Amino acid sequence: MQNQDSTGVLVYLEHNKTELAGVAKELLGVGRILTDKLSTKLAGVLIGNRVESIAHEAIKFGAEIVYMDENEIFENYVNRPYTSAVVSIVKKYKPEIFLVGATTQGRDLAGSVATELKTGLTADCTELDVDPNTRLLYSTRPTFGGNLMATILCETKKPQMATVRPRVLEMPKPDAARKGEILTESYTIKDRDIKVRLLEFIESEGQEGPDLEVANVIVAGGRGLGDPKNFAILKELADALGGELGSSRPPVEAGWIGHANQIGQTGLTVRPRLYIACGISGAIQHTVGMRNSDVIIAINSDPDAPIFNIATYGITGDLTKIVPVMTEEVKKLRLSISKR
Amino acid sequence: MHTVVCIKQVPDTTSVRINPETNALIREGVPSIINPHDLHAIEEALRIKERFGGRVSVISMCPSQGEKSLKKAISYGIDEAYLLCDRAFAGADTLATTYVLAQAIKKLDEIEKVKLILCGTQAIDGETGQVGPGLATRLGFSQLTYITNIPDLDIDNQEITVIRKTERAREKLRAPLPALITLRDEANEIRYSSLKDLIRSERYKVIFWPKTVLGIDESQTGFKGSPTKVFKTYVTPARERGEILSSEEGRERKAVAEVIERLITTGFFVKGNDAKSG
Repeated sequence: MQNQDSTGVLVYLEHNKTELAGVAKELLGVGRILTDKLSTKLAGVLIGNRVESIAHEAIKFGAEIVYMDENEIFENYVNRPYTSAVVSIVKKYKPEIFLVGATTQGRDLAGSVATELKTGLTADCTELDVDPNTRLLYSTRPTFGGNLMATILCETKKPQMATVRPRVLEMPKPDAARKGEILTESYTIKDRDIKVRLLEFIESEGQEGPDLEVANVIVAGGRGLGDPKNFAILKELADALGGELGSSRPPVEAGWIGHANQIGQTGLTVRPRLYIACGISGAIQHTVGMRNSDVIIAINSDPDAPIFNIATYGITGDLTKIVPVMTEEVKKLRLSISKR
Repeated sequence: MHTVVCIKQVPDTTSVRINPETNALIREGVPSIINPHDLHAIEEALRIKERFGGRVSVISMCPSQGEKSLKKAISYGIDEAYLLCDRAFAGADTLATTYVLAQAIKKLDEIEKVKLILCGTQAIDGETGQVGPGLATRLGFSQLTYITNIPDLDIDNQEITVIRKTERAREKLRAPLPALITLRDEANEIRYSSLKDLIRSERYKVIFWPKTVLGIDESQTGFKGSPTKVFKTYVTPARERGEILSSEEGRERKAVAEVIERLITTGFFVKGNDAKSG
């Protein structure tokens, strides 16, 4: 696609059938800033089944127009029908910028949409800006294991696409007084759109495994735990803070905790508001997966452990004594993490 | 059954250092490895071969030094390795990369129809996770990302059943072949190479496929064919070492209280009595 007449900023309105995803709200927030600089309009694209209330929610968060396509086929996200519907809307309305959340759904969708449109996509951005004169989108993203930041441009194709990491950009405040327009779209489903079938959708319960990618608080243990039983102490602190358990590689390899809890180069990359590293030395294989946490508290018996070099606060000593005291204090003061 | 694994040779990002004077990334002397996430795709392909027979090929778009990673892949038990190597491919972004990979898949189809493509979820250097979706879309394959396991592969009916793990749910999906799967690390444990395969990999000659073999339209590949361009890069500001408190001689409670006090003062922690909601 190469439309010089492309105009406006479009946001993909990811949702869970009842509510707009947090990242979609954040994108409407940054979308508002970009559209103001470009003196253009902010629109959202909403695909789902019976999702009109979500369109109204998007308007409260700043969308001026919502292109909404409702169909039973769209009950749950499946790549192909969603890609087709989104591509048809993008081709029809020709936005100059199209933003998608860097979630599993957003990354799955954006890669397909950009490929169909033969346009440029900058993935996993943490910062967006525009130049009002050239109307170019400056998409900045961490790369090289977080060692390097790269600003990427897409000068020759439209829309300029970017996926943006959740919980990085500021959450805007909703305003019930905002007015917006809902335009009903109806993409005609084709055979090729419904070849992949969703047989079962199992919403994660507590026991379904950790939600580290969305957790606000992670309490993680490393080799320094010494004993798998000590994860129970960490779990109490995590529970008190409404957080999840994480791990560096050694405990996973020792079979103390599952692979789904592993953070680092060969595990997950997380960015919670609070990361409490207990008995983790801080090898770079681990820290690349958590160094972008807002606040890091490190607890380690070795005062020379490299984890202290990236910690906001550190406590040297015996974690089996320190962690329970912290749990106790958190409960006593009924502490919670402030909203960003 | 022909399965293709796409791998990327990446610098070991954990060995990357910053020059403290120029504040630039030191890339010299950084070892190249197979993207660790892709090893799980190799493993899964081998398991499929063990269960259903067939052929496993591995492809990689890389300068000639990528030969090393392809030989490594052979050492795990992969049948054939193809290096998509041409000066014209240099500087490719995701869109230009998936074009070359798609051309290679079409070429592999001539040897034996490709039914399954396996990839890691993302590479540790670029971390975009966009090559899998892009390639599936170009080829019109069933696109199955973030997969944790493959409970069923029905060769007779040409269907595959997978479990996909998202942030909040597990999805069981059934899809027709051909399909492209990006695998999460938890899908499997990587095997050790057997002596037989190690010896084979030592002797193995990687197959080089330049642009002419692949029938590449140069306007769609490399720097020229890439809609995205790097405008600038800069080193991530280092995290500063914070305040480290000692809890020796039974001072745990004091150290913990001090840390909590600081976090309350800075507004990070909210006390239960002060906050209306979480």
